Amino acid sequence: MGIEQKLGNMGVATLTLETAVNWARTNAMWPMLFGLACCAIEMMAAQASHYDMSRFGMELMRASPRQSDLMIVAGRLSRKMAPVLRQLYDQMPEPKWVISMGDCASCSGVFNNYALVQGVDEIVPVDVYVAGCPPRPEALIHGVVTLYEKVKGEKFKDLEKA
Amino acid sequence: MDKKLELIVQALQEKYATSIEEFREEVHVFVKAEQIVDALTLLRDKYDFELLSALTATDYWPQQSPRFHVIYQLSSIARNITLQLRVPVNGDQPKIPTATRVYDVANWRERELLDMFGIEIEGHPDPRRILMPEGTEGHPLRKDFPLGYEEPQFTFNIDEIDLRKPYAKE
Repeated sequence: MGIEQKLGNMGVATLTLETAVNWARTNAMWPMLFGLACCAIEMMAAQASHYDMSRFGMELMRASPRQSDLMIVAGRLSRKMAPVLRQLYDQMPEPKWVISMGDCASCSGVFNNYALVQGVDEIVPVDVYVAGCPPRPEALIHGVVTLYEKVKGEKFKDLEKA
Repeated sequence: MDKKLELIVQALQEKYATSIEEFREEVHVFVKAEQIVDALTLLRDKYDFELLSALTATDYWPQQSPRFHVIYQLSSIARNITLQLRVPVNGDQPKIPTATRVYDVANWRERELLDMFGIEIEGHPDPRRILMPEGTEGHPLRKDFPLGYEEPQFTFNIDEIDLRKPYAKE
């Protein structure tokens, strides 16, 4: 009762290992369950049934950084929170990606002041920036799909270097 | 002024020789720093001000000297009145005695004064910063604290400013 019985006589498909690995990574990418401010509400909406991010293989939000490979920084990051965010990032296993969701996370938005980090790219390396205040769930999902395109283009030899 | 409040303010004036400001039925009584603990104790024990509902400060630099006013907002639930005490504090080595022995709630509020205005609290049980992380330089709510630090990027200088940005490493 293997997959070959279900598929019938389809012959053989060939692909590179890179493509297979990247395909597997994009179709089971687990984001970390945490939100910093109001963008997190939109992130929850993107997860919930109306927008349903699980269509893109992301039905699980992991509450532990050890089990997640995508960090969605949803909201403004205060200076006091910054070391905590970096620690969470460091606790995530490789390979890992970061989406900076919303204007506050990307460049501190309207808050050019002493209390907030002026863009989370000072603290963690960001792969995709999602604009908006807050971004609509569609925008976040578009950001995720954009990240998938990036992941699909990753090469093993580049990963070794990093 | 409220009839109930008038008697109290009169008593304060006689005891501490203070000045008074009134604005839209809000009464501010000016008290010296060395009298504040005594005044708070008197108001709590004799005039039923059970609650220190706010303890904050204002920076009037550079218009006024002394530059800081520390403001104690007291509420009496029993008598249904509120009263503000103001303590003018000098800019060089600003210092006030702690009110934690009169109102416990003053503890965190005074830490906020210490953090945001750099006003030293004499005799405070736990004089640490409360909002900003340890090691922050300066006191953000002072009027001479620099606003923001990020340069706005426009199309003509976006790359030039980008080179100076502190991006994180992997």
